[in-house]
Amino acid sequence: MDLLANLALGFSVALSPYTLMLAVIGCFLGTIIGALPGLGPSNGVAILIPITFTLGLDATAALVLMTSVYYGAMYGGRISSILLNIPGDEPALMTTLDGYPMAKQGRAGDALVLSGVASFVGAFLATVGLMVLAPLLARVAYLFGPAEYFALYLLAFCTLGGMASNNQAKAALASCIGLAIAMIGVDNSSGLPRLTGGSLHLYDGVDFLVAIVGLFAISEVFVFIESHGKNSSIGVNLGKITIPWKDIWETKWTMLRGSLVGFIAGILPGAGASLGSFMAYMVEKSVAGKDGGFGQGAPKGVAAPEAGNNAAAGGALVPMLTLGVPGSGTTAVLLALLMTLNITPGPTLFTDRPDVVWGLIASLLIANVVLLIMNVPMVKVFVKILMVPPAVLLPGVTMISFVGIYSLSGSYFDLLLMVVFGLMGYVFRKLDIPTVPVILGILLGGNMEDSLRRAMTLSDGDYTFLFSTPIAIGLWIAAILGFVAPMFLRNLLKKPQAITD
Amino acid sequence: MASDRIFGLVATLLALAYVASATQIQTSFMQDPVGPKAFPILIGCVAAICGLWMVVRPDPEPTWPAAKTFGALGLATIIMIFYAYALKPLGFLLPTAITAGVLSYQIAPYVRSAVLAGIGLSAGLFILFKYALGLGLFALPRWLM
Repeated sequence: MDLLANLALGFSVALSPYTLMLAVIGCFLGTIIGALPGLGPSNGVAILIPITFTLGLDATAALVLMTSVYYGAMYGGRISSILLNIPGDEPALMTTLDGYPMAKQGRAGDALVLSGVASFVGAFLATVGLMVLAPLLARVAYLFGPAEYFALYLLAFCTLGGMASNNQAKAALASCIGLAIAMIGVDNSSGLPRLTGGSLHLYDGVDFLVAIVGLFAISEVFVFIESHGKNSSIGVNLGKITIPWKDIWETKWTMLRGSLVGFIAGILPGAGASLGSFMAYMVEKSVAGKDGGFGQGAPKGVAAPEAGNNAAAGGALVPMLTLGVPGSGTTAVLLALLMTLNITPGPTLFTDRPDVVWGLIASLLIANVVLLIMNVPMVKVFVKILMVPPAVLLPGVTMISFVGIYSLSGSYFDLLLMVVFGLMGYVFRKLDIPTVPVILGILLGGNMEDSLRRAMTLSDGDYTFLFSTPIAIGLWIAAILGFVAPMFLRNLLKKPQAITD
Repeated sequence: MASDRIFGLVATLLALAYVASATQIQTSFMQDPVGPKAFPILIGCVAAICGLWMVVRPDPEPTWPAAKTFGALGLATIIMIFYAYALKPLGFLLPTAITAGVLSYQIAPYVRSAVLAGIGLSAGLFILFKYALGLGLFALPRWLM
């Protein structure tokens, strides 16, 4: 069996005491990042990238650390959803719908344990799915030429814009802004500077880490200044924690269904964990029918979105690793990490660097077990950390962001640019313009242009070459559908409102 | 309504300016069929169309904060710019304490806790970065050391 041999290789990389320690640290940090409102998985991972980079970790160690943070944040998001009725991150929004009512009935401990187990099931099944599906997809990806890659990048922008936003024009504008920023700097093919405005600081282009930290972390500070941290009410009390075996057993099919739905949602480019938890919740709601008690503290309503959310987090890694196209904001940040480590994701990654891929998968499995252990008996520790007031947390996040970016380049120019991106992120959020397409544009812009130019060189300037193979045509059709279809489905996919006290 | 229209107009103008500057890109003697100009021009045009679309079909007006909050946001921006310039010449401790304190005060307006947050974050993060993570930071201005 190929799979088992590969897994053995992965575990031989990931089971060293040093990597195990990194996995535990990553899981702990990740759970805190996910649990704290105002620090989601994307900005949490984003502010940690520059710091891991300056620590000089090698590729595998850095990947183990950051993916543990990524999975941990997906676990942690539920804690504040259940206890405070504030989603710790966006995908955890659905968990508030039944988790908070359950906590108000005095079953906060049960809800936390149940959602922890559901997270484990979702993440575990998704990691298994990743192991099986990713090598297959990597084989298909060998058939991709530059024309197909161009269509694939377009598909990512279209579906991300279609799904993540309420207004297609705004999402498309955000993608264009990202792509436009990616063009700044020295042109790869001709070696001449483009669009730098004569500024020497811009010859290297705009570092995507600066943009990510600015758009995600610094803009969060502005949002909190506006709200004066009012969203940080003290929630319900947490009593003694016991394991609700009965609830866990009764929700077994819910967890399995949620994991499957979430995994599929995660694989779709541009959809990500938010869609995963949303779809899983809606499926369970319709399976249970009107008597299911959804919205009033049903255990199934806690298990479904958490399984879906964590499964989607694993599913989103499939297109990211095999094609180099991230499926969500957080995987976009992970792609940024890979690029900083000089690893090019794509089909060749599976043959050239099997130690990285399988080490990563093995460490995901390890992280998942560590997280289950951390999140069930130790959940009280994280509840304590939730009490950190935003007036200390957010300045702390700002300082870590500044020092992280400063230690990368040592130039004040990048710090100024980061503040500008922070302001941009704030204005965009007010105007309901999604920021993830901007990041994706900056990350993928160079590759997208390269694949277009390479395709045109191959065909000697014949534009019909872009639509010349069945795969390319399929991708173009999917791209157009992914952009247009959500306009008509918007009424159908309306998110249920969170419960207010 | 108005916010989207204004933003759309600004975006359109910027996009056109971007297209204009893209036409000025130097080309080299080694030319591929597309060249370095075409893709930026394409992006600029799509962005201009999206901007115009926002002018024509704006979304409902978002709730903007009061003027006082804008003042707080402006102050936060200025203090961050100050921090960006001060970090290198003035060392880590002093600018960090000031910036963290001011930001903390902007989020929750209590003087005492803001001062404590500033000093605590500055000292705590310095220990974390310098000794636990080994980053090359300077505590104080160079001319003092």
